[in-house]
Amino acid sequence: MEIVLSAAIGILTASGVWLLLRPRTFQVIVGLCLLSYAVNLFIFSMGRLTLGAPPIMPRGGFINPTAYADPLPQALVLTAIVISFATTALFLVVLIASRGLTGTDHVDGQERKP
Amino acid sequence: MTPGPEHLIIAPILIPFFAGALMLIYDERQRRAKVTISLVAVVATLLCAIELLMRSKGNNLGGDSDIGFYLLGDRAALYGIVLVIDRLSAMMLVLTSLLALPAAVYACAGWHRQGQHFHSLFQFLLMGLNGAFLTGDLFNLFVFFEVLLAASYGLLLHGGGQLRVRGGLHYIAVNLTGSLLFLIGVSLIYGATGTLNMAQLSKMVPILPEAQRLMLHGGAAIMGLAFLVKAGIWPLSFWLPTAYMAGAAPVSAMFAIMTKVGVYVLLRLSFLMFGGSAGESAGFGAGVLIAGGLATITFGFLGVLASQGLGRMAAHLLLVSSGTVLAAGGFVLAGAGPEILAAALFYMLSSTLATSALFLLIEPMSREEGGIAGLLALTADAYGLDEREEDRQPEVGLVIPGTLTVLGLSFSACVIVLAGLPPLSGFVGKLGILQGLLAGDSDTPWLAWCFVALLILSGFSTLIGLVRIGIQTFWASEGDPPQILALELTPIIALIGLLVVLTVKADVTLRYMQDTADVMMQQSVYADGVLGAPRAEDAESSE
Repeated sequence: MEIVLSAAIGILTASGVWLLLRPRTFQVIVGLCLLSYAVNLFIFSMGRLTLGAPPIMPRGGFINPTAYADPLPQALVLTAIVISFATTALFLVVLIASRGLTGTDHVDGQERKP
Repeated sequence: MTPGPEHLIIAPILIPFFAGALMLIYDERQRRAKVTISLVAVVATLLCAIELLMRSKGNNLGGDSDIGFYLLGDRAALYGIVLVIDRLSAMMLVLTSLLALPAAVYACAGWHRQGQHFHSLFQFLLMGLNGAFLTGDLFNLFVFFEVLLAASYGLLLHGGGQLRVRGGLHYIAVNLTGSLLFLIGVSLIYGATGTLNMAQLSKMVPILPEAQRLMLHGGAAIMGLAFLVKAGIWPLSFWLPTAYMAGAAPVSAMFAIMTKVGVYVLLRLSFLMFGGSAGESAGFGAGVLIAGGLATITFGFLGVLASQGLGRMAAHLLLVSSGTVLAAGGFVLAGAGPEILAAALFYMLSSTLATSALFLLIEPMSREEGGIAGLLALTADAYGLDEREEDRQPEVGLVIPGTLTVLGLSFSACVIVLAGLPPLSGFVGKLGILQGLLAGDSDTPWLAWCFVALLILSGFSTLIGLVRIGIQTFWASEGDPPQILALELTPIIALIGLLVVLTVKADVTLRYMQDTADVMMQQSVYADGVLGAPRAEDAESSE
């Protein structure tokens, strides 16, 4: 399980970084999305991987913490997803405005001279 | 239950939040109502910040009177989110409000008409800034960073236009990537230590086992990268001049504090996590801070010399200022005396106010000539072409109109502060840093000498660059003086007045800074204070 998750994070990050460095705004935004997926998975994995363990503990009595997953990274991921979703949407608006104003989808607002 | 005075700590977050939300209800046409709400909110925040500052400057160093706490939801500090106010954060709160008031007044002169929701976004930016200064939890810090960044995206694009959209596009892309780095760093730190509370972290660092220490260092380094981007440290600063130049004047004036948020977090976390009592990790990152700071000063002053316009010059001056403070912080982290840090904080205060005033001055100064004319004049100056010299009658006793006089005096005050010339406050700060560097016997004297040389050199080049612009604008300008509203002049004069007050009251301020630096050097004051913060429920039951 560990190798699959780390491979997934690695591939997402690599593709994200590559797309982020491309000259088209749409590629940049897709790259940022992929990077944020990778980061979310990474945060999740920092709570250590557990199989079939619930993160929410019952009330009262003795609780064996090893039988439960760490709930904090899951809460962090939730926050991170919401925030990155919102900022991506905002970025999309700016991207469309830039396309409308400059007539090109190059990140610098002008095509490179051949 | 009546809210007690301890709830004041959260007021600098709540006031802008509610004011911003309230203004969204009003239509764009009811501008008077919006302006009133906005100004009232800013003044209220300023009063709260000053009251918090007064409270947090208690006299005894190790006691509870120095640090205030606010446990959100009344959970113990380890489990809940805690807001902390100490000398450093109180100072930053006051500085933010002091910048916000002139910027808000200035915006009323017509800038807020250029687009929608200016005042709401402005309040949300303040909320994010105040929250970032107050929070004592790393993830909460991330959330407040996102709040202030989201508001700053909107503000930067305020008014529209191709230049702003292009600058904004780069700004957003860089900052989104920075936020992702921040998240990776935070989660690595959580993985290594199992906590995100800054006080608990500072307790954990000395006793971490070797394997996890590596992970913590990696996490701290990646997170530091995110703040270095925000602070505009070379080579992560190429986005900054274009973005800051593109913003509307009041927006850029407020953005002067945005690089300082990065500097603030870097200083706070470095001293908390890697200060003197951090065991094996002590001094981690000090080398990067010094090298980055020195490189930024160099890049900044070269940029000042190379700039063709005042906007770009002001943005590079911001780089010089944050580089100076960070390099000074690095030296102190590496073992130099706290008086350097105190002087650097003083310098930060005065240079931020002066850059903010400069950003407000840019637009009125270039109003008449238009951007391209000023640029041409400068280029002509650089190449020594001034063909108009012959066909002009020699004038005896050139008359300088009133508005230009006021503008010119304000501009020269800014120049004096930024270049660090006596008698204004920039000199006091720089002198303090130099004195500390020369007096202290650090392990690497050549680095200290480099810093001394760069400090003097950057002041000199600031003087050259700004005076060149000043001569072009005030002495060599032709035609009618620009029409400037009193609403635009007052905030500038107020900022200059603040600088004068800062100079006159330099002893009081410097003493405050010295105490701030002393407390920052003893991280146990912060950590023990936060972890021992009593819950309201316990306090009530014990009565």
